[in-house]
Amino acid sequence: MNLIVCVKQVIDPEAPPASFQIDATSNKVIPPSGVSAVISPFDENAVEAALRIKDARGGKITVISLGINLLREVVKKPLSMGADELILLEDEAFADGDSHSTAYALAMAIKKIGDYDLIFCGRQASDWDAGQIGSGIAEILGLPGVTLAKKVDSTDGQAKVERITADGYEVVEVPLPAVITVSNELGEPRYPTIKGIMAAKKIEPVIWKPADIGVASSRVGAAGRRTKLLKLFPPVQESKCDLISGESPEEAGVNLALKLREAKLF
Amino acid sequence: MTEYKGVMVYAEVTDGKLAAITVELLGCGRKLADELGEELMATLIGRTVSNLAPEAITFGADKVYTVEDQLLEDYQTDAYLPVMARLTGEVMPQIILLGQTEIGRDLAPRLAFRLETAATLDCVDLAIDMESKWLRQTKPVYGGNARAVFLTESRPQVATVRAKAMSPPERNTARKGEVIPFTAGLEPAAIRTRVLEKVPQAVAEIRLEDAEVIVSGGRGIGNAEGFQQLAKLAGLFKGAVGASRPAIDNGWVPDVSQVGLTGKIVTPELYIAIALSGASQHMAGCSGSKNIIAINKSPEANIFREARFGVVGDWEKVLPAFTDKVRELLTE
Repeated sequence: MNLIVCVKQVIDPEAPPASFQIDATSNKVIPPSGVSAVISPFDENAVEAALRIKDARGGKITVISLGINLLREVVKKPLSMGADELILLEDEAFADGDSHSTAYALAMAIKKIGDYDLIFCGRQASDWDAGQIGSGIAEILGLPGVTLAKKVDSTDGQAKVERITADGYEVVEVPLPAVITVSNELGEPRYPTIKGIMAAKKIEPVIWKPADIGVASSRVGAAGRRTKLLKLFPPVQESKCDLISGESPEEAGVNLALKLREAKLF
Repeated sequence: MTEYKGVMVYAEVTDGKLAAITVELLGCGRKLADELGEELMATLIGRTVSNLAPEAITFGADKVYTVEDQLLEDYQTDAYLPVMARLTGEVMPQIILLGQTEIGRDLAPRLAFRLETAATLDCVDLAIDMESKWLRQTKPVYGGNARAVFLTESRPQVATVRAKAMSPPERNTARKGEVIPFTAGLEPAAIRTRVLEKVPQAVAEIRLEDAEVIVSGGRGIGNAEGFQQLAKLAGLFKGAVGASRPAIDNGWVPDVSQVGLTGKIVTPELYIAIALSGASQHMAGCSGSKNIIAINKSPEANIFREARFGVVGDWEKVLPAFTDKVRELLTE
């Protein structure tokens, strides 16, 4: 099985919301100091989905990441979890893309890899929450896709996917090659092992520029956008919490009940 | 050159009725269509859906396209996508709206890519830019830490809308509209996927989206047993139990209980958040609640920034006393 996983480097979404700042003139987020970049959490779920198939069925996992200033210790994490190869689409031309230009570049890179059975993406990245890359890649490559997967298995040229629905899940069968987007319901991604970290150190990422994947710089990154960002701003938030106390935590609980009753909340 | 004109709503159906999000979309679509001075269209797709067309008209549609075929019984990308692509290719709406549901999330981006345009998912506000006439699409980004306004400068402009972001319109039974059947024209072989089974995960009698009171727990609850205490409190209010992502990922509660950006969007009267930090991506699912109550041991927890009342303390001590007092007050 040849498995491909697309991952994105993002600002750690677990950073305290108070540290979140926007530069209004450039419409960009100011990376908070002391907060490291990470792989977008749903993309780690996607890596985990691929690893489970590799564990059960064997195969090779190729990870692709697109961006600029990709920190090697960040983008190598999937390798330390057990992936085999890393391709970086790293060039100024790839920067500041939208779902369209990014999916196009990733699809062209996957086309260059050529030999693949399953392509995994996270359901959405934790920065722009666009949620379109997997669907875009499937559409550009003309592949079937299943979104919002919580479980994936594959045998005999097919994948069986548990897809999340509003009131539970459905089991969908899809022929390979196919694109699967993965959700957190898949379960916690594994931690890198010491052995994995050592192995990852020895793997040199392959760097591809637009010309390497046969695309014009005008089709990718900011130049290839179809959507225009007009404005990025913080939502209005009122701080008005009335903190209820007591001599003990138990008494605080009792006082809270009394307060809610007084406010006619129940 | 043919012109792109009008607003089209993809009318999702649940349990044989127009989904709540569909009614909200019709309300929002109607306003946009009026601002443009153009028509509002709705599209119903399924095995038997044309009976719902009059309903869509009472909520604001001028035209309803109905596409019925037994191959359209279940939502599958390969079945619905070509139908929507062909229909919108012929009708040429300038705006296409879908719900941010597991169907809309799947269909909208594929449709946009196929039509060589772009989509914006999870919008909470839509407005026509008065000068350019493009659709201003506002959506939460960075897990809810920020909002972004996008323009898609190609047509059709595709957007999905978050549940409960738009208020549902009043029904107007006097409204007149046209119902237009459209042939699916599907080849069975073109549908590459197959739905083998549908597995409902019933958690309680009350769905999270319908509950007036929700008791929600986070990572700090620590285990599945802890959630039973939350269920006790929820039971007193005839409410439902919700959870943040870490609790789901740890398997303490069923997946369908997830509240947040990637779970359910809820708007109860009372949302009691216990041992839950209030990460932005969780708040995205519950900040529309009328009253948020927080119990958390950390005074720095983000949840206190959005709560109306709160207690700083260990939930294992606060909650039982709170639950007992609530029970007592309810029986008075």
